[in-house]
Amino acid sequence: MSRLTIAKTYKMYIGGKFVRTESGRSIVVENTKGEIAAHTCHGSRKDFRGAVESASNAFTSWSGITGYLRGQILYRMAEMLEGRREEFAAAILTTQKITPAKAKKEVDASVDCLVRFAGWTDKYHQVLGCSNAVASDYYNFTVPQPQGVVAVIAPPAPSLLGLVALLGAPLCTGNTIVAVGSDLNPVPTAILGEICQTSDIPAGVINLITGKQSELFEQIASHRQVAGIYSAALSKKNRILVEASSADSLKRVRFNTFSDEDWYDGDTVASPWNIEPFVEMKTIWHPSAC
Amino acid sequence: MATTNKNQNTAKWEYSPALESTKVTIESKSKLFIGGKFVSPKSRSWFATVNPATEAKLADVACAGKADVEAAVKAAKTALPKWSRLSGTERAKYLYRVARRIQERAREFAILETIDGGKPIKESRDIDIPLAAQHFFYYAGWADKLAYAFPGSTPAPVGVCAQIIPWNFPLLMAAWKLAPALACGNTCILKPAETTSLTALRLGEVFQEVGLPEGVVNILTGEGDTGRLLAQHNAVNKVAFTGSTEVGKLLMRETAGTGKKLTLELGGKSANILFADAAIDQAVEGIVAGIYFNQGHVCCAGSRLFVEEPILEEVIYKLKQRLGTLRVGDPLDKNTDLGAINSRSQLKVVEGYIRSGVKEGAQLHQLTTKRLPSKGFWCNPCFFTDVQPSHTIAREEIFGPVLSVMTFRTPEEAISRANNSPYGLAAGVWTDKGAKIFEVAKKLDAGIVWCNTYNKFDASSPFGGFKESGFGREGGMHGLRPYVRLGGV
Amino acid sequence: MRKPIDTVMVEQRATSFTRRSIKTESKQQGLRLALSMIDLTTLEGKDSPEKVRSLCHKAITPWECEIEPPLPSVAAVCVYPSLVQVAKRALEGSGVSVASVATGFPSGQYPIAVRLNDVVEAVKSGADEIDMVINRGAFLSGCTEEVADEIAQVRVACGKSHLKIILETGELETLENVRIASDLAIRAAASTGPINDGEVFIKTSTGKVSPAATMPVTLVMLEAIRDYYEETGVRIGMKPAGGIKTAKQALHYLVMVKETLGDDWLTPNLFRFGASSLTNDVLRQIRKQQTGSYAATYDFSEA
Repeated sequence: MSRLTIAKTYKMYIGGKFVRTESGRSIVVENTKGEIAAHTCHGSRKDFRGAVESASNAFTSWSGITGYLRGQILYRMAEMLEGRREEFAAAILTTQKITPAKAKKEVDASVDCLVRFAGWTDKYHQVLGCSNAVASDYYNFTVPQPQGVVAVIAPPAPSLLGLVALLGAPLCTGNTIVAVGSDLNPVPTAILGEICQTSDIPAGVINLITGKQSELFEQIASHRQVAGIYSAALSKKNRILVEASSADSLKRVRFNTFSDEDWYDGDTVASPWNIEPFVEMKTIWHPSAC
Repeated sequence: MATTNKNQNTAKWEYSPALESTKVTIESKSKLFIGGKFVSPKSRSWFATVNPATEAKLADVACAGKADVEAAVKAAKTALPKWSRLSGTERAKYLYRVARRIQERAREFAILETIDGGKPIKESRDIDIPLAAQHFFYYAGWADKLAYAFPGSTPAPVGVCAQIIPWNFPLLMAAWKLAPALACGNTCILKPAETTSLTALRLGEVFQEVGLPEGVVNILTGEGDTGRLLAQHNAVNKVAFTGSTEVGKLLMRETAGTGKKLTLELGGKSANILFADAAIDQAVEGIVAGIYFNQGHVCCAGSRLFVEEPILEEVIYKLKQRLGTLRVGDPLDKNTDLGAINSRSQLKVVEGYIRSGVKEGAQLHQLTTKRLPSKGFWCNPCFFTDVQPSHTIAREEIFGPVLSVMTFRTPEEAISRANNSPYGLAAGVWTDKGAKIFEVAKKLDAGIVWCNTYNKFDASSPFGGFKESGFGREGGMHGLRPYVRLGGV
Repeated sequence: MRKPIDTVMVEQRATSFTRRSIKTESKQQGLRLALSMIDLTTLEGKDSPEKVRSLCHKAITPWECEIEPPLPSVAAVCVYPSLVQVAKRALEGSGVSVASVATGFPSGQYPIAVRLNDVVEAVKSGADEIDMVINRGAFLSGCTEEVADEIAQVRVACGKSHLKIILETGELETLENVRIASDLAIRAAASTGPINDGEVFIKTSTGKVSPAATMPVTLVMLEAIRDYYEETGVRIGMKPAGGIKTAKQALHYLVMVKETLGDDWLTPNLFRFGASSLTNDVLRQIRKQQTGSYAATYDFSEA
């Protein structure tokens, strides 16, 4: 007699806790055969607001710890992901008609991507900052620093790698993240929360929402506590919507267009020029004299 | 025995008028600079520009309309391929020549800037014009070194840039915008502010003198609509704007989703934090420079002063004493510290804020200048004490010589009050203690933090704000970023 | 008490005074004012009675010419103690004071008894004003109380003669030291009894050490004077000495005094220039304003 398998209902990861959406709504995730594979939360605007609150509260401590420590935490995240490669590959394959080898490749690339960002935490200052030779008696230097809460709108696919690559860039500098996962396959987003929780990422630093992205664009872009938005693969219509609504608080908005090949190229996704949009350059002057 | 000199002079020693006497000729009709030539506007529309110190009309300035915008964009687009493919060193040589010509014509530029904008000749002569030249000189050198500024990527020009600048530092803002854009191989359409077009147009003459290829820079004078038409134009790849936060937000909405690169350098309500252990006499100098420089028409003006409570009395005393030495009057007088307010409308805005400060209960301390000219737009510099953080004068950008003085007790309180603003352009910190200064500087939400100084500018030093003070940097290596597209990212 | 000083900002503020443009009437008036504030000085080992007499003549009548209104005399003639009597006689009835350096000028490296005796002798010889040097060795080694105590003793020794306290700022090196020494000198002088306006000066330099007077150093000293006035209502005088050679420089200093201490200090009673070659450059400028043409150096007598 065949055993009834338990179809898991995934929660969202907000403020360091696994929570159900306040709306009570859920999304049925069907596998490639059209069977019910899982349920995920259908996150609401209110969930997003709560997540921003958590991220905002976590910002001071996350941006305040040393880059060395932040790097170790991100590396720990990579280690945890590495340890659950099979599970993530399976999660990717839930809804996506790709070969198991491709799914594995995506997980591996996600791990590598995290490793890259882990390395940036105490180096981006040196690549993006500088000292400036002003023509007067001042010591003058420019240092990058994080902005605050950055909202990430993940691409539909690659569902894991796209999310990891987009959140890694703002995260490594000390921003805190509210990410809205892939519409196409929310399962990797949902289980990435477990990686966060077990890898010393402080509560609120990464918040993961599943649901229908299009319902949230307006809310994301108009929320004044959100300092920046990072996305890839948005349609022109949605880019207009997001950018125009971002104008009220002058968010830093970055739309990338990565090809499938790009996603797998660490030099591209983890380039310092994808980190740069989510740091603010601060220039400090100080007199230099006895 | 005390000296009882037989001829001791007892009359009070005053400074006689010391007017800059060089005359600058201004054509009665100032045209548009398109495709390397000065042309009459197809709009056939003109507006008057006046000297804010006398209200005398200086010239009729062309008001560019749709057809003029079209022509300028076309000229910039036509010039782009050749200019962007020119070797960096060749582009550099043009910019070096521009810098040299600005230096050589410095006096003319300074006088014109002062006549058209109202700022003291002392400032246009010693600050605006030299810095404008420095910007061209500085960015000239970057033109053939761009690859080193963007490690791991291949920088390419953005294309046609629309650059809209304000009236507070007309030539300097033109230099801030044009120099990095040209160094990176872009072509430009510059739109000066309505009240201050003259020096930008004279820069057009300089471009002719140095043989800058036609269409690489085009200068469109006009009103707000001209700027909007320009920003909306399909062939424009990049919009750079310095001005009010309100207009900045409008531009972001209008360019949303178009892929046009946007940089915004907007308003501010910058905080100056004065700790009790600071060098107080020098801090007072910095506070004065921070708020009264250029009549307070400075986006990064240190308009909120937070003083550590124990030294409040001393600081107010010294501030009053220093305020008393400021000289308001004819901007062409070399001894003038504060010139005319840029326009009648701005004067009304500033006066409105001063009234609101008094009405909301703050205490006004204002310089009383005995003989202000009968015509022109004048505002005596002032500061308010007994200011509450909720007062309008403590929250809104005034863009005039008005300072709000408040107090704090602990560093944390100072930081949180300084950061309690939608703006984040600049800040000042005054303390003799190194560890404290860097901790506070780190925690301030501001793109520029002046430690034990204020309102210092340099071509090599990036400038630009956090939060609603805009995004993007001008000056320094970071000032190149808005004018390149990075390949391989 | 230590007061933090930011050197770069002091330099910028000092430079800002040089940007004032002093023209026409203001220049004429300023030049005369500067002339009246000069302590015409000769402090050489080879100084002779003859040279001092000639200097005194120049002090009383800087330029033999018909000019309206007549030019002022300078404020004082400053000499070594051995020549005080010569100067006193030559200046009698002129209103020009005799200033004498003392206290083992310029080094001050003598026992305190010798330095005090130096003062007593100069006063006895008729010095109206005593220019003392502080004990820089003690100051730099942190013995500020010793420095203050000596200043107090010197003031007592001065009796009714006015006291100018030379800090020798070129040896103190930093502006913070200049400020500390200024505060210390003023307070030490005040500790011996009330100070009427102009009875006590602080002075930058002996003229024997480079750098001598500079505008940033003078500004810091003026600020000390201003703060003391705010605190006590007592007006201390200021004397930059050494290095001020041109009329233009002198006008810059006057601008600095006007904008830092106010018009009250623009009098020889409260502000002096310790200089020698300055006189002729001021005369040259005055002549230029009068006649429109520049004088040659030999048009004026040597000082």
